[in-house]
Amino acid sequence: MSLDEAPKAQNGFVRYFKENMGTLIGLFAMCLILSFTTNGVFYSQRNLVNVLRQVSSNACLAFGMTFAIITGGIDLSVGSILALSGTLSAGFIANNNMPVAQAVILAIVIGTALGLFNGVVIAKTTIPPFIVTLAMMQIARGAAYIYSNGQPIRAMFPDYQIIGTGYLGPIPYPVIYMTVFLIICVILLSKTRFGRHVYAVGGNDKAATFSGVNVARTKTLVYTMSGFLAAFTGVVLCARMASGQPTAGQSFEMDAIAATVLGGTSMSGGVGKIGSTMIGVLIIGVLNNGLNLLGLNSFWQQIAKGIVILLAVYVDMLKKRRK
Amino acid sequence: MAEENILLQMKHIHKKFPGVYALKDVNFELKAGEVHALLGENGAGKSTLIKCLAGIYIPEEGEVIVKGKSHIMKSVADSQAHGISVIHQELCLVPYLSIAENMFLGRERNVAGVIKRGEENEAAKKMLKRLGLEFDPNTLIKDLSIAQQQMVEIAKALSVDADILVMDEPTASLTDKETEVLFETMRQLKAEGIGIIYISHRMSELFAITDRVTIMRDGQYVGTVNTRETTNDQLIAMMVGRELTQLYFKDEVQPGKVVVEVKDLVSPPFVNGVSFAVREGEIVGMSGLVGAGRSETSHCIFGIDPNYTGQILIDGKPVHIRSVRQAMQNGIALVPENRKEEGLVLINSVGYNLTLTVLHEIYKGRPLGNTSKEEDLIQRYINELAIKTPSASQLAENLSGGNQQKIVIAKWLATKPKLLILDEPTRGVDVGARAEIYGFMNELAKQGVAILMISSDLPEVINMSDRVLVMHEGRVTANLGKNELSQETIMRYATGTGGNLNVA
Ligand SMILES: Nc1ncnc2c1ncn2[C@@H]1O[C@H](COP(=O)(O)OP(=O)(O)OP(=O)(O)O)[C@@H](O)[C@H]1O
Ligand SMILES: [Mg+2]
Repeated sequence: MSLDEAPKAQNGFVRYFKENMGTLIGLFAMCLILSFTTNGVFYSQRNLVNVLRQVSSNACLAFGMTFAIITGGIDLSVGSILALSGTLSAGFIANNNMPVAQAVILAIVIGTALGLFNGVVIAKTTIPPFIVTLAMMQIARGAAYIYSNGQPIRAMFPDYQIIGTGYLGPIPYPVIYMTVFLIICVILLSKTRFGRHVYAVGGNDKAATFSGVNVARTKTLVYTMSGFLAAFTGVVLCARMASGQPTAGQSFEMDAIAATVLGGTSMSGGVGKIGSTMIGVLIIGVLNNGLNLLGLNSFWQQIAKGIVILLAVYVDMLKKRRK
Repeated sequence: MAEENILLQMKHIHKKFPGVYALKDVNFELKAGEVHALLGENGAGKSTLIKCLAGIYIPEEGEVIVKGKSHIMKSVADSQAHGISVIHQELCLVPYLSIAENMFLGRERNVAGVIKRGEENEAAKKMLKRLGLEFDPNTLIKDLSIAQQQMVEIAKALSVDADILVMDEPTASLTDKETEVLFETMRQLKAEGIGIIYISHRMSELFAITDRVTIMRDGQYVGTVNTRETTNDQLIAMMVGRELTQLYFKDEVQPGKVVVEVKDLVSPPFVNGVSFAVREGEIVGMSGLVGAGRSETSHCIFGIDPNYTGQILIDGKPVHIRSVRQAMQNGIALVPENRKEEGLVLINSVGYNLTLTVLHEIYKGRPLGNTSKEEDLIQRYINELAIKTPSASQLAENLSGGNQQKIVIAKWLATKPKLLILDEPTRGVDVGARAEIYGFMNELAKQGVAILMISSDLPEVINMSDRVLVMHEGRVTANLGKNELSQETIMRYATGTGGNLNVA
């Protein structure tokens, strides 16, 4: 028993490095190159904190995405839910004089409810998740535009802004949120019954059903969670900008998918880890930041991102085939 | 008194699927401490009856009485809560989860949702040991062979504290040794008063382990007999509804010229120097233990594994086969070992599957395809092989195992092969369908087709082959002629204790 227990924690750690060797080397190499090409600017505390803050929203969305993709699905609606919840939170305060806490909670509840709706439809019908969340992507975006009349809603309220701009010591709040969600999601996926069911549903849903796993509930929970994370992130983003932006989060779902896939999560489901997704998130973040520091415009960043995704996934497949 | 021993009664069960009346007024009864077999041809409704018990299907009519209480199972969890544990016919494991994780799937040991991994691993290890398995419970299912997965499936079912245990063809992919371990465990469970429902197409197993047999035919209840008071022939007659006079059909055929010759074929780690030849009209059996490299050899010949060294000669001409397409152009066909994964597109129709190998003919010179030709072809093969299906548009996954196997054979016959490789052609196939499959093989050989039959079923190998190649650790250890064939001889060469014999 003790033989089994003690070395396992260490094992997990070693395994993490082994499993993510490719992406970790890639990330490390990028950091190394940047330390030469940016004269150390990259390594300044300010810049590093900046990178973490920049990746925090993608990270939160990617965590939810990882769950969805492991179940064999996908959630395309996260960018739009993010925009809707962000806009609503600003609007509730600016237009309805709602107290900040109430506005924020209500906005998040609405976003989460849309995720729940996704989940229920996916679990109870045979409509593929791609279609269901594609529809929700349109609906939530449309709702955000209607609510805001297509205009940003200014929300210069210190109590509200602090959600996105505050610091704990040197660390921005969004980085704290990301860290908390990271820990929760890692535990949920790797330690709990729910996490195991997520893998089972994506790995072989028939086996899951025949083993008495409540497949419908598992799927519903996953999309609800993804909706919650998107809504939360939306509020944080809009608070930071002091404005409810109905255009926020355009194509964020794509970055979240990219990070997830970079982390080695299989699009066909059953495989994936939150910790690996986090590396994917960092790769995309460092890439964007580095190219920025090097003065390349964002169009080049997109091309670079595309190439990195292809390369990384190809290397990952080679690695798996060798085994 | 006897009444109290009854664990389960299923009365007048009816279940319909679109186009199929799968269960018509079926009765079944299980006592504590008995092994009760369900016997019937492919498609008789055995698995459907089990699924009605497991909460996967809900019968339209009928009564299920578990330990004296009338209750129709509403869900898998419901059925488990009533002490019913099921090993399903199709493997039901999650490939990327570990052995322990699979064993406890759906009933994880946990505190407030957090899994007690150590405890699960410990329990899993104990269960595996009971079945004589020395696996690390952290091993992922995808890294196990089919037979090993089957053993894990059994361990999983046993780890449930059930008093009704259902096994739907647990031995289809097991060797005799593993089967014996399973039987030993079943005897222990019996002694503990657990009732076991056992499904198998291997008649010898029924006599070895069961107390009673309930026979089903075409979704209907035929009868229940005590195993001790019945005979093989009686069971078969009840099952197929007629006397089956002969299982194996094999006529003498004068072999023609060599169709395929293989010289020093090597593809590590499983194929380490294989040489043999197959001639027109010849049925060559290929025997050996699991892992001997038989399927892998066929993969080289069929272009699935193009990275081999050595020579393959087709009609005397050397060809390096780099793709399945090329193998097909050279007149080779392979009916694979695992029909569900390699043989069929399960979510498509019977017709779709039947013509998948000959699409180029259907679309030749016709961009939109020749539908009437396709339909003719489909109808012809459904009739010729007597595939039991309500229509050509039925999904392949809804057919019984034997009928699925016939589709796979038919789709390769459609390519009019010169060499037909059959890998475990009758695994999980009932006697009736088996006799039919042997009949086709005999017909094909008479028409001059060369047949290479890989099989672990020794009686089948002995009765159907003109010649038997025995493989051991990637090499052919014996090339036995018809008069040299016996189970003992084959096993001796298969285990590598016989040296080499007549090997080219
Ligand atoms: N989900 C389904 N939809 C439609 N038809 C089905 C479905 N499941 C089974 N059937 C049909 O019901 C009949 C009984 O099938 P079942 O799988 O119970 O047979 P079986 O006795 O277990 O055969 P085998 O020995 O091949 O396993 C078959 O004709 C099959 O095609
Ligand atoms: Mg069956």
